Amino acid sequence: MAAETLPGYRGKLRELLYCAKVGVGDVVRVQTENETYEGTLLPRVENADEWHVVIKQKTGYNIGIAYTGDLKVVKIGEAIKPEFRPPPIPLTRDGLPKVSIISTGGTIASRVDYVTGGVYAAMSSRDLLSIVPELADIAQIEADILYSVFSENINSDHWQGMAKRVAEKIKQGASGIIVTHGTDTMGYSTAALSFAIQNLPVPVIFVGSQRSSDRPSSDSATNLVAVVKAAAYAPFAEVVLGMHEGTGDDSIIFHPGAKVRKCHSSARYAFQTVNASPIARYRNEKIEIIAEHYRKRQDSEPIIRNRFEKKVALLKFHPDFDPLIVDTLVDADFKGIVFEGTGLGHVSERCYDAIDHARKAGVLMGMTSQCVWGRVNMNVYSMGREITRRGVEPLEDMLSETAYVKMMWSLGNSDSPEEARRLLKTNIAGEYNPRTLYDRRET
Amino acid sequence: MDYKKINLMVGIEVHQELATQHKLFCHCPPVLSEIESEFKFLRRLRPSQSELGEVDLAALFEFLKGKTIQYEGDHTTNCLVEMDEEPPGPLDPETLELTLTFALMVGSRPLDEVHVMRKTVVDGSNTGGFQRTCVVSLNGAVKVDGKKYGIQQISLEEDAARNVGEEGNISKYRLDRLGIPLMEITTAPDMHNPTEVQAVALRIGSILRATGKVRRGIGTIRQDINISIMGGKVVEIKGVQDLQMMPTIVEYETLRQLSLLEIRSELLRRGIKPDQIIDVQLDSSKIFKATESKILKNALKAGGVVKAIKLPGFSGLTGRELCPNRRFGTELSDHAKFKGGVRGIFHTDELPGYNITQSEVDALRKFVGATEGDAVVIVADDSEKSQRALTAVVERAKDVFNGIPLETRAANPDGTTRFTRPRPGAARMYPETDVKAITITPEYLAALRGNLPEMPESKLKRFQSDYGLNEKLAKQIVDSDYISLFEKLTRDHKTLTTLIAVTLTEDLKKLQRDGVPVEALSDDVIRDTFKLVDSGETVKESVPVILTWLAQNPGRKAKDAIEALGIGIISEAQLAAVVEAKFKANSELVAKMGEKAAGPIMGMVMGEVRGKAKPVDVQMMIGRKLKETLAK
Repeated sequence: MAAETLPGYRGKLRELLYCAKVGVGDVVRVQTENETYEGTLLPRVENADEWHVVIKQKTGYNIGIAYTGDLKVVKIGEAIKPEFRPPPIPLTRDGLPKVSIISTGGTIASRVDYVTGGVYAAMSSRDLLSIVPELADIAQIEADILYSVFSENINSDHWQGMAKRVAEKIKQGASGIIVTHGTDTMGYSTAALSFAIQNLPVPVIFVGSQRSSDRPSSDSATNLVAVVKAAAYAPFAEVVLGMHEGTGDDSIIFHPGAKVRKCHSSARYAFQTVNASPIARYRNEKIEIIAEHYRKRQDSEPIIRNRFEKKVALLKFHPDFDPLIVDTLVDADFKGIVFEGTGLGHVSERCYDAIDHARKAGVLMGMTSQCVWGRVNMNVYSMGREITRRGVEPLEDMLSETAYVKMMWSLGNSDSPEEARRLLKTNIAGEYNPRTLYDRRET
Repeated sequence: MDYKKINLMVGIEVHQELATQHKLFCHCPPVLSEIESEFKFLRRLRPSQSELGEVDLAALFEFLKGKTIQYEGDHTTNCLVEMDEEPPGPLDPETLELTLTFALMVGSRPLDEVHVMRKTVVDGSNTGGFQRTCVVSLNGAVKVDGKKYGIQQISLEEDAARNVGEEGNISKYRLDRLGIPLMEITTAPDMHNPTEVQAVALRIGSILRATGKVRRGIGTIRQDINISIMGGKVVEIKGVQDLQMMPTIVEYETLRQLSLLEIRSELLRRGIKPDQIIDVQLDSSKIFKATESKILKNALKAGGVVKAIKLPGFSGLTGRELCPNRRFGTELSDHAKFKGGVRGIFHTDELPGYNITQSEVDALRKFVGATEGDAVVIVADDSEKSQRALTAVVERAKDVFNGIPLETRAANPDGTTRFTRPRPGAARMYPETDVKAITITPEYLAALRGNLPEMPESKLKRFQSDYGLNEKLAKQIVDSDYISLFEKLTRDHKTLTTLIAVTLTEDLKKLQRDGVPVEALSDDVIRDTFKLVDSGETVKESVPVILTWLAQNPGRKAKDAIEALGIGIISEAQLAAVVEAKFKANSELVAKMGEKAAGPIMGMVMGEVRGKAKPVDVQMMIGRKLKETLAK
């Protein structure tokens, strides 16, 4: 029972609070040798030290009081327990397009957890709708929670589940699908769904936020408004990722799902389209198309191919890279390896034997570049030709993260190594762009 | 006024910008930018729920105003932290130490563990939609004229972005000031008359300066004043920069509160009840179809309306003066502006007037069914804005029955105040989860306690005994923004102590009165100026002109001033030539007066070389020359 009333408190301090019969939420008086403090007893952040009791004073400020042998704590009243009461959900308006929001977790669907002091994936898409009521003026929103998973805990099982749920929602007549997702691995998921659902009739739009939705400056509301608008009305039918284009709230950009990468750890404009053009932009309440080619909305039956082989590794080459890493993977029965090589797609000649070993064991191998921007070309230097000769497929301008997902998908959805290799090399969802355009930003 | 009888209680919050190396949560320099902004971006702020699940009222109001914010920044004073694009770093240790030092100087008790909080502010002045703030220490006291004034709390917070203009629905903010550390000292409501308030603020200011690490100049220290009287509630007046105005502000606010209570009594005497004041708005545009009033005419021409509302029993009260220059109608107008975004209101106590005629007023009264004792308020603007404005007027009028509303006000230059927003509650606070709590150990405090800066009163004594300053000058220096600079300068230039003291107090004040922007003088250029005096490259008489030139030419050096002003010390040969010339031109005088000619010749030479030669050198040279000449 004590575990619930005194979260985060440990050791002697916990004993003291327990004996004083106080719990989190109670109004308490704390007496030290020299001072008396009053306030609401708050939980202790779980990874903080065990020697301070935290109270919220009447002024609203939290303070920490150190444990000493003669510390006295007395309960002097009950307080309202913290709880989240979302405002009422606005009524849906008939005649508007239906948009389905599938929540998987992450910052766009999270709140500060005052129990631990951390940001937690706890808020449903319905909560979002109640907080961003203007969504109801754009579309009929149907929101549900598929997962509550932090970005870093998402894996290929979730991709499989997302593809399945998206297909169901399309079948039920949604004009567009939104998937809310933590941003850290969102680029992997958009790539995965680009391959896992083909022949799309409507847009599938991933969205996240870089500032949690509990704060006034959160980008989640502006991002959501834009993606709902696009899901309902945009002319494209692709898997895309919609987030802030720059630091301002005035422009939201839609990146192609297989060509997008998180390139900044914290800024709103973290996502960039790499080696391609963004699909569209939302600005002044309008959607403008940017890309020359895109798949149009159409009457089509989505095709689901959502199996992923988990025994695939993404290896970044670096000086002193030990070929033993490759050998170890092969011995552990890995089916595919994507190298993130240097420059045009190279690894040290010391890796040749290991690559041979892998090829002989039937491991599918591909080469991408750690430069992020640009294309591998393994014909320029002899090392490149040597590596190709030993069975490593040059994967053109594909992002290494996308290549990793693509290899999992290729292996997961084929019966033979030849078929997997063929799928890997085939342009399925714009992951290969035959032309590398000049996209140097003017500064 | 008998302040005791009405039980005037005043507490103040002093906000002082600190002169540390870094901002509070990032490594940007805590200075205002001197360059144009280098980038701009637009944002919106949406109020969120507080920890206890309540949407804060003040926050909601600001969002409802539909505001967009344009931020302007530069790469010298801003990084991603101020842009709300990177989480904050840890609380700056130098700032914390400075705050703890001040706390110990006023006998306050530092907390064992400091927790950084977010205080919701959605007017745009903080990019995150909240200001980061933390209590560092509780309790303490300052003594003024033998009386003790309690200190409740010492906290540390980040300064807000600077509002640099409004354009339609866009508020513009410059990011340079955001994140500069502010120490906030909150006193107990221990002041009971207007003059005490200024004295306590001065005292706190001088202890702050004694730490040697506070910023100086306009806006670097700001006070909030919390005022209440018997039968009222606490009204907070924010951002008072001029200490001299504090007594007037307190006096006027006291008057305003008393008048509001009198208006309530008067309404009750007239038999008016709150539920008689109802929000029935009528479109009275027709009445003003042919009006001569420009304001009404323009509003109607732009497709707007003239809406009217009746305030039963308010006749004579909307025009009632609350304090000099403020009528109750002004209060109604403030609320109308705040919630409706309109430019103002008219009420019948000020009509006919503003080109609105008696017959229009008569028609208006008849139209809304107002009897003699009623007042009528009109607003001319677009329909939706007018409606919100009049609803706000009704709410404010009704609130008279509750006495003094809990609100936040801002000071006007004349000492009156205006409504800015309802007073925010504690609901505005929630934990800043991106910054870890900081433990303050007894060992650390003991070390600080053993090394506290000298208090102002002992400085005062020391300046008199060690530097031989008279009491008045010593006091001026102790009360001056330049106290730390004074101490540094006197360390290096002992012989110039009095000159430095006079320059930094009387001279700078005089220059400021003459309109010289002395704010622009950095410590460096002032230091260089005295260096030049000490090394004999200029004379002390030139210091004011050099400083004037430097203030008017920011970024230039003291040496440039001497060159530009042509007041460099002339060489001995040049001086000899001037002396020679004067002797030649006045040979008769010299012959006639003999040794007594030294005086007039001195005057003539100095007339030519003032500021370019030391008088003592001139005197010696004239003496020598005179001896030579007379010996011939």
